[in-house]
Amino acid sequence: MKALSVKHLLGIRYLTEEDIELIFTTADEFKEVLSRPIKKVPSLRDTTVVNLFFESSTRTRISFELAEKRLSADIINFSASASSLKKGETLIDTVSNILAMKVDMVVMRHPSPGAPVFLSKYIDASIINAGDGTHEHPTQALLDAFSIREKLGSVQGKKIAIIGDIRHSRVALSNIFCLKKLGAEVMVCGPPTLIPNYIDSLGVKVEYDVKKALQWCDAANLLRIQLERQEIQYLPSLREYALYYGINKKMLDDLGKEILIMHPGPINRGVEVTSDAADSKHSIILDQVENGVAIRMAVLYLLSGRKESN
Amino acid sequence: MQPRIILDSKKFALTINRLCFQLIENHKDFERAALIGVQPRGIHLSRRIHKRLTEIVQHDVHYGIIDPTFYRDDYRKSEKQLTPNATEIPFSLEGKKVVLIDDVLFSGRTIRSAMDALLDFGRPEKIELLVLIDRRYTRDLPIQPDYVGKTIDSLTSEKVKVEWEHVDGTDQIWIVPKNTSA
Repeated sequence: MKALSVKHLLGIRYLTEEDIELIFTTADEFKEVLSRPIKKVPSLRDTTVVNLFFESSTRTRISFELAEKRLSADIINFSASASSLKKGETLIDTVSNILAMKVDMVVMRHPSPGAPVFLSKYIDASIINAGDGTHEHPTQALLDAFSIREKLGSVQGKKIAIIGDIRHSRVALSNIFCLKKLGAEVMVCGPPTLIPNYIDSLGVKVEYDVKKALQWCDAANLLRIQLERQEIQYLPSLREYALYYGINKKMLDDLGKEILIMHPGPINRGVEVTSDAADSKHSIILDQVENGVAIRMAVLYLLSGRKESN
Repeated sequence: MQPRIILDSKKFALTINRLCFQLIENHKDFERAALIGVQPRGIHLSRRIHKRLTEIVQHDVHYGIIDPTFYRDDYRKSEKQLTPNATEIPFSLEGKKVVLIDDVLFSGRTIRSAMDALLDFGRPEKIELLVLIDRRYTRDLPIQPDYVGKTIDSLTSEKVKVEWEHVDGTDQIWIVPKNTSA
């Protein structure tokens, strides 16, 4: 029987291709569980998971919480705004105190890149990174690739364009690592100010013309402009971005081929994508959300399966 | 200790036949019955039984497979990671008479978890258990089969190996020492 090569899910960069395949085949079975009349299995009934969210989140937190509940785990929710962090406690102290109450796994979102990696050096519990600043968001990349695999049969050899704010996006970075490991061709597209320097060193193509990118790809993953992370003005205006990089239904109809439209959410309708494109038959945005629960169940299940060291 | 055959291919076919007729005795037309194979190894037997049974009764019988992995009680207790297999039950089990099918009955823990898994598909009227090999005196739980291919006495240092024609070339059952891969 196979097992993951890692103890934590800190980022896609630490996973092997076999790890990703194992997560996918496990998620296939959890997807079947989620289609049953009783969508719950007792696999994690002896496990306690804490959801530590130091940054706001709707989708990811609900998705993780649902995944944990479907696996029968006990859950503690924590959000930074109502915590002792405000009183000056450090990250390690906060987490150590929670773990002292016999918690087995930590799901963490943090605004600082590398926070989960840092924490993993000091604590014993398994950590799942639910997004760390502009660094990685591994479960999002896994569910994106899983959705591509589901719709296109496989990821190997497929052409995937990631369009939008590449500079501030953890989803973009995790997606690049994940898709490259699975053998896809990856292109990033956006305004030059929002494409990081030297991104081609990751083995991705760079394109500034969104129409060419759409023409090239089998699936386009659209990203939101992260205004909250922009310390300086990278764009003249959102209106200008929407004019040059927004995807609309006509552009998709003019392609002469079918491509998948993906979005990790939250969508800014009318900016990176118009409503008629986001709600069109090309869009698999809600399939991504559905697959997110199965993927997170698979990750929780596989990471919790390590033998007890007693 | 030498590996020894406890059921050769000739007796194997007879045993499958007998199990099918025993099922017919109890379920008549199979209108409300469902055969459910237990993943991973029970499905070879359940497919064979289902095939032979439909040949005999000349109509289809409800058939599904169930994977008990997520319901096991030895998760985090065993050295090896338990990886899941497919579950396919394309009908409701509400009010059905379910026949669970597995190849070897040993501790009973797999059957316990399979029964738990089944209950998530509805409330069956009855659950029965069909096994090819019943290893006596090895049970951890109070679980007994309703239909048995062959009952054997064996040591806990031995294991039962079932070979299938479509996988291994011949239908036969061996008793082998536990630490060999033969």
